[in-house]
Amino acid sequence: MSAPAVEVIGLRKSFGPVVAVDDVSFSIPPGSVTALLGGNGAGKTTTISMLLGLIIPDAGRIGVLGVDMARDRYRVLPFMNFESPYVNLPFRLTTRQNLRVYGRLYGVRDLDRRIAVLAQELELEEFLDRPFGNLSAGQKTRVGLAKALVNEPLVLRLDEPTASLDPDTADWVRSHLLDYCRTRGATVVLASHNMLEVERLSDNVLMMRRGRIVDEGSPADLIRRYGRRSMEEVFLDVARASGQAAAAG
Amino acid sequence: MVAVNDNRAPVAVSPGGVAPARIGALVLRHWYLLRSSWPRLLEIVYWPTVQLVMWGFLQQFLAGQSGFFAQATGILIGAVMLWDILFRGQLGFTLTFLEEMYSRNLGHLLVSPLRPAEFIAALVVMSMIRVAIGLVPVSLIAIAYFGFNLYAMGLWLVAFFLNLILTSWALGLFVCGLLLRHGLGAESFAWSLAFILLPLCCVYYPVDTLPTWLQWISLSLAPTYVFEGMRALLIDGTVRPELMLRAVTVNAIYFAIGLAAFYWFHRDARLRGSLLQMGE
Repeated sequence: MSAPAVEVIGLRKSFGPVVAVDDVSFSIPPGSVTALLGGNGAGKTTTISMLLGLIIPDAGRIGVLGVDMARDRYRVLPFMNFESPYVNLPFRLTTRQNLRVYGRLYGVRDLDRRIAVLAQELELEEFLDRPFGNLSAGQKTRVGLAKALVNEPLVLRLDEPTASLDPDTADWVRSHLLDYCRTRGATVVLASHNMLEVERLSDNVLMMRRGRIVDEGSPADLIRRYGRRSMEEVFLDVARASGQAAAAG
Repeated sequence: MVAVNDNRAPVAVSPGGVAPARIGALVLRHWYLLRSSWPRLLEIVYWPTVQLVMWGFLQQFLAGQSGFFAQATGILIGAVMLWDILFRGQLGFTLTFLEEMYSRNLGHLLVSPLRPAEFIAALVVMSMIRVAIGLVPVSLIAIAYFGFNLYAMGLWLVAFFLNLILTSWALGLFVCGLLLRHGLGAESFAWSLAFILLPLCCVYYPVDTLPTWLQWISLSLAPTYVFEGMRALLIDGTVRPELMLRAVTVNAIYFAIGLAAFYWFHRDARLRGSLLQMGE
């Protein structure tokens, strides 16, 4: 059995009297997509921020690709990347300039060729030399995705990857992500409130409530155990803490 | 460790783990920004020019009224131009950092392989570029219209410049640390912090003008020695290497404090989770 791509043991974080993440442990096998689900304040953002090194945990250990993030995160960051519609790329820079800057930051070899490949795969050619700020929401998402894939990451962290996209573009983005993960064997940690997206993309789902993981399993497994028809209904059960008995039973 | 991904070029890294390629990437990002925005470029040149014109005419007026100013040609223009190195250096450093906050791009940078030391090095480079863009045209205007040649100071100009820019980086590091920790709520310090030095480091008058207790404070500031050195050069035509030596010593302490503050604020922001709340 291969070593996990991401391993979290006993993670804990408090902000003053508020316990945001409470003794969270999980491991993510390489090449899989794991979704972190939970209502607002469940601890998803804090957990993921600790995975990225933006927050220092009070206790616990995070290992990514076998590297301890607390001690040595700069060794592994070149092999990770991140995409969120809530973090922008510089507006005045063109798509090509943004990709050049991030390609260099991540030490991408033969960068011009890589940009050309991404432009073709993500259909960026027509706005490659347009400023990021002049693009539509859908185009910005595609550029954000190109930035996230510029270094062909082994671990990809996606935050609401299809937020504010029309269904057609959203479907196209999901297909591309799945295709990338399958061909590159990349590991994805996904945070999304779109349950259809979670069902389609995820191999495993971690359900969080009040800073703890309260359940986990594949979308099909969770739907079956909770006796529901969709992940949306499972999510509501967990968020309202009404489905625990049903799931346990 | 990780499997080797053939997409990544081997990055040249110094013994401290600092990669010039990553510093270059961030400098490139800001160079693209400056190049694409004429209002930004104009702003860099605008204030130094306004300052020079105002002080230049005042210098001309005073030279006609007073024997001292007629003899000490360029003392006010020299002071304002050296002050601009300090102020513009600090502003160039912190504005480059603020641009990342304004564009909400900081999150991408903080989870990239860019190390804090590389981030700081890129801010230092951008500070130098912005000072050069602002001051070179102004220095040429000073020669053409006010007969004051800053470059006539020769190697002493290099010593003055290095000391002032080092102070500006120390201030910039402290302000950027505050911004990391407190978000845009601390933005006003970027514009105002350097001005506390203006009366204290005796830009336009000698140290002995101050009351004794303020002189002690003044002498604990590195720029004071630079402006004293400039006056010695322009008024008496004498060079005071001991002043530059004291300035370097004080600056080394300030820079170390600025660096420590930046790292402390950065770590504190990661402990408190405030890197995620970079708004007001």
